[in-house]
Amino acid sequence: MSAPAASLDAVRPPVRTIGRDGRRRLLAAGLVAPLAAFLLFAFAAPIIWILGYGVADNELASVWPRVSAELRDGGDELPPDEAVFAALAADLRGSQASRTAATAARRLNYALPGGRSLVTQTARALADRQEPDPGGGWRETLIALDPAWGERETWVALRQASGPVSAFFLLSAADLRLGADGLERAPPEQRIYLAVLWRTFAVAATVTAAAIVLGFPVAYFLANGPPALASVAMVLVLLPLWTSLLVRTGAWVVLLQDQGLVNGALMALGLTSEPVRLLFNRTGLTIAMVHISLPYLILPLYATMTTIRPELVKAARSLGASPAVAFWRVYLPQTLPGLAAGALLVFILSLGYYITPALVGGAGDQLVSYFIAFYTTETFNWGMAGALAILLVAATAILYVFYARLAGPRGLSLG
Amino acid sequence: MTARRTMRAVSAALAGALLAAPALAQDSVTVVSWGGAYQDAQREVFFRPFEEETGIRVNEETWEGGIGAIRARLASGGDPGWDVVQVEAADILLGCEEGLFEPIDWDRLGGEDSVIPGAAQECGVGAILFNEGIAYDRDALPEGPTGWADFFDTERFPGKRALRMHPAVALMGALMADGVPKEEVTAVLATPEGEERAFAKLETIRDDLIFWRAGAQPPQLLASGEVVMTTVYNGRIDAANREEGRNFAFVWDGSVGSFDYWVILAGTPRIEQAYAFLEYIHRPEVQARLPDAIAYGVVHREAADDIDPERLPDVPSAPENLAVSVTQDLEFWLENAERLTERLQSWAGQ
Repeated sequence: MSAPAASLDAVRPPVRTIGRDGRRRLLAAGLVAPLAAFLLFAFAAPIIWILGYGVADNELASVWPRVSAELRDGGDELPPDEAVFAALAADLRGSQASRTAATAARRLNYALPGGRSLVTQTARALADRQEPDPGGGWRETLIALDPAWGERETWVALRQASGPVSAFFLLSAADLRLGADGLERAPPEQRIYLAVLWRTFAVAATVTAAAIVLGFPVAYFLANGPPALASVAMVLVLLPLWTSLLVRTGAWVVLLQDQGLVNGALMALGLTSEPVRLLFNRTGLTIAMVHISLPYLILPLYATMTTIRPELVKAARSLGASPAVAFWRVYLPQTLPGLAAGALLVFILSLGYYITPALVGGAGDQLVSYFIAFYTTETFNWGMAGALAILLVAATAILYVFYARLAGPRGLSLG
Repeated sequence: MTARRTMRAVSAALAGALLAAPALAQDSVTVVSWGGAYQDAQREVFFRPFEEETGIRVNEETWEGGIGAIRARLASGGDPGWDVVQVEAADILLGCEEGLFEPIDWDRLGGEDSVIPGAAQECGVGAILFNEGIAYDRDALPEGPTGWADFFDTERFPGKRALRMHPAVALMGALMADGVPKEEVTAVLATPEGEERAFAKLETIRDDLIFWRAGAQPPQLLASGEVVMTTVYNGRIDAANREEGRNFAFVWDGSVGSFDYWVILAGTPRIEQAYAFLEYIHRPEVQARLPDAIAYGVVHREAADDIDPERLPDVPSAPENLAVSVTQDLEFWLENAERLTERLQSWAGQ
């Protein structure tokens, strides 16, 4: 084989080969370019942009440039000296005149309970004051207007917000904060996000496990069952995918409620005398999420199973393996790439659920996406939304690396 | 329809026909509202009659709310394109502080005393009033709850109850149930002890509480018998009764009212037309037409006199309903909504 090829190479000028390869490569790149551009602008860039909000912190600096600059370059002493107070007073007056005090108020309020009214009221009081109180500086004047200006905590929050980047939102998303004495945990009643993040991964893991248990036999049937029945089953698997997510979730509300079909059937069968609580708790959420996720597990698994040659299991059986051993040692290992791909798909999709937990889950079943949506659409605190997204992406990436290590190169493939 | 209302309508039409000056004929004003059935009702009772009377054309737009949309519109300077916009309570103070809205000249609208408390803002005129309060199904519960104490009384009213996953009504209701007078609720909630007290009261019914998030959920929860009572917007109960033949009752006592506001965008060159529009829809007899179409309250103190007496008990701005409900303190919630939402979520998720 190799000898004729070598002789052909010897005849053909090598320059042309490179030219043709190059053109081919260029053509391939040209074909891929629109997709790559689309992915970059419609997918990668917005994600990076949103994640950027989690670390960018320039709201305060944009409206209070003087005091922000002083705090960035200033010493460790907090509350600071008169020069910084004078800068603050100038910024307060300036922002009141340009009607941007609300921006500073909003940013300070994130870190400091009562920060909003502290800023708006002081700014209003200073509006037409050019000079501090007689006999004192701006420091005394501001502290006389509101004693909060004399507290270390206020200034720690101000310095942290002086920009252009800060860990404030990321710390908040991890239930941490920079208090008067350094890094500390948030007060117990405000701790929420670590629990939510843990809950998100726990729900995703449960859903993935349940989808594997339920989906594996279905995929096996699709791949190996009687063709007529298998194609009907295939339609049944695909049908939910053509229905809106909202409709499927709403249907589960109807099915699972106290007077719903499921409870009606359970009571008619005498299995229970009172309705079983299936809605607004983890049970209902898991049921609905598993149902929605099943096709994403079944389809890749089915695709892998159709490529497995049935002779291999027959060969194992003929060599003396019991059915269980033949399945476990010969069949199952061959399904692993599809199983791993499906499980990973279901797990990652489950991390992002938002509508389903909101409608079917209880107060203790809301996942990270719920809070990201809360901050983007209700309070416009994009910093917190970005920080929670960073936390979710980072945790997922770490998990993925572990998974890749465990599953080996075969497990990495997604299709 | 009363004889008085007919007379007013006729005289208004006559006055409109005589006074519509040709110079105003090409004028227009762009009005932005929430769309859907609500804007259809507004078109019927406000926009069309206003056009007929003044000759000023109303260009309608719809939007989804959010102060960011207005910021973006004003960022370039010059004509913002929109003139009169309906905004939610949460945005009225922010927009005013940032100078996005024109300060309202209340003298042109009959003074701040012409409207019910809370409707007059520095930069906004109350557009509608809607209440969030307790509701139950009369068919399931002939002797229903009458206030917040009953919402927390699981002995007399066993069963699940639902609250909106939002701190305002949940915490204010808990304090009212705990015996805080209506007019002091926000002041008490603003203290650390009051906040603890509200959460302690919620704790007493933790096992019987579920939370809803979408406004369509509570009527469904009541209809399916999933809960024995729930907080809900009064309009949803009215719609369920009128359109689906339900027999739900809304408890006005202790319900929490919120306004939407009309604002004039800063820098509009059509400020006179904007005021003409606001003056027209501020007339009590004009406002009184809205509740017939949709169960929202209106803000003029005298409008209640012109509302159909049959309809009045379902309207948030009826004097009897106003007397027993509370309004949200905008400043307090602007400052504390985020922190208290996190705390409520954290508490509820335990």
